[in-house]
Amino acid sequence: MWTWFYKLASPPYVYGVAATLVPWFLGGAALALGYGLIAGLAIAPPDYQQGEAFRMIYVHVPSAILSLTVYTVMAAASAVALIWRIKVGHAVAAAAAPIGASFTILALVTGSLWGRPMWGTYWAWDPRLTSELILLFLYVGVMSLRSAFEDPSRGDRAAALLATVGVVNVPIVHFSVVWWNSLHQGATIVKLGAPSMPGSMLWPLLSMWLGFMLFFAAVLCIRLQGEVLNRERQSTWVREAVKA
Amino acid sequence: MSVGALSAFNLLVRRELCLSFRRPDQLLQPLVFFLIVTTLFPLGLSLQLSLLRDMAPGVLWVAALLSSLLSLDGLFKSDADDGTLEQLALCGQGLTLIVVAKTFAHWLVSGAALVLVSPVVGTALGIPTGAFPTMMLSLGLGTLTLSWLGAIGAGLTVGLKRGNVLLSLIVLPLAMPLLIFGAGATDRAISGTNAAGALYFLAALCVFTCTLAPFAATTALRITLE
Amino acid sequence: MMSGSFWAMGGYARYVWPCFGFSCVVLVWNLWSARRFRVAAQLRARRAAEMATVDES
Repeated sequence: MWTWFYKLASPPYVYGVAATLVPWFLGGAALALGYGLIAGLAIAPPDYQQGEAFRMIYVHVPSAILSLTVYTVMAAASAVALIWRIKVGHAVAAAAAPIGASFTILALVTGSLWGRPMWGTYWAWDPRLTSELILLFLYVGVMSLRSAFEDPSRGDRAAALLATVGVVNVPIVHFSVVWWNSLHQGATIVKLGAPSMPGSMLWPLLSMWLGFMLFFAAVLCIRLQGEVLNRERQSTWVREAVKA
Repeated sequence: MSVGALSAFNLLVRRELCLSFRRPDQLLQPLVFFLIVTTLFPLGLSLQLSLLRDMAPGVLWVAALLSSLLSLDGLFKSDADDGTLEQLALCGQGLTLIVVAKTFAHWLVSGAALVLVSPVVGTALGIPTGAFPTMMLSLGLGTLTLSWLGAIGAGLTVGLKRGNVLLSLIVLPLAMPLLIFGAGATDRAISGTNAAGALYFLAALCVFTCTLAPFAATTALRITLE
Repeated sequence: MMSGSFWAMGGYARYVWPCFGFSCVVLVWNLWSARRFRVAAQLRARRAAEMATVDES
């Protein structure tokens, strides 16, 4: 039953699976993002308090959720790689890092653009914004540490340890609006109980979230192929794979 | 003859302190840096002492963070360079004990020293003497946590050519919650409100870090030194 | 439907459209950068394979 799990530790298997999955993930992402954008921009009614500005939620919230999800994926892959010495874990972590960093920047920028009309400021030293900024620094730290070592395997393991240590920041970002008095709005979707948003506004948001997730999966698979190749360059299966 | 863990710990801490005091200039540099940086703010801003008081907790804490970072680079470096660290690791007491001893000794000469000097700096920044106990307690807890975060960073970057900058890049994001609560506690003490909440949180961060960081730092050293 | 009021976004156009525009840029960058990375890795692997066959022959 667990054979599929063991297969995932094998670089050639992962390379093949990633290649097959990319078009499916991209197609799904296109559909979800397409519906989400059209419904979010044109069909959902304007908000009672925020007017048309609320529509920025359709890119801000998915990118913010993804920035945390991708870090968790990176930390989990790193932990697996460190504990069970599964090299594919390092490849996944290395592939996820730049994607996560870009989503964090996106969350910060879209949040800033949304903050200006709503709160009157592009930035505030508020717990959620600050911890999200720390998340960006952690991503950059992990990527810098990996590339600082001449021995790539040592760089992988050092970056993996840092990624695992830094994962404490993820719950801090999520719960910051609960633990402290924050300017930022509280949780509306990822919480216990029903979401506090009407359906016409909620469905496009969920669709955008799904679209971003599928997009992340697609880009991760593409990068993962490259990372696996770079780490396994000397093996025979790679020679066969690139001759094709 | 086998040495018990506690006596080994004592020996190691005494060794570290001996080595540090052999180079008194290296010992004093972070302290002097701390004093200079805290002077820069009043000079640059030329504020009245009463206005400076508002900024004082933040200035104090940023200066403490930066000067701790200065001394962290050398935590494992000299012993790793000449092979002593590997010999210590092989001596049978376990690398974790060595890491704990070195980090504790480092805190004694940097963090604890900062705490002792802080009333002087506090007066220069206009912090009322009534706030000193909270200030010193928060700095004590904070620098201890920072020494441990720094040990993880130092373990990861020992042996890298320009590891110094990377060390700061790694440690500072992890130290930001520390800064927020440490400065917050001192701030509250200055304005007269109850700082207990922030201090408890600092203490919790300290305990959390002190219990988990030794294993992370040991793993880091094993990764970079093998 | 794509009338003037749609583009005006109730007066918030100068926040909303850069927002979505930047999102587009980030998504496109991710795809482009990942593809470029994969191609470079494949090239390097091909070169390594060729070196290996040269050594063997």
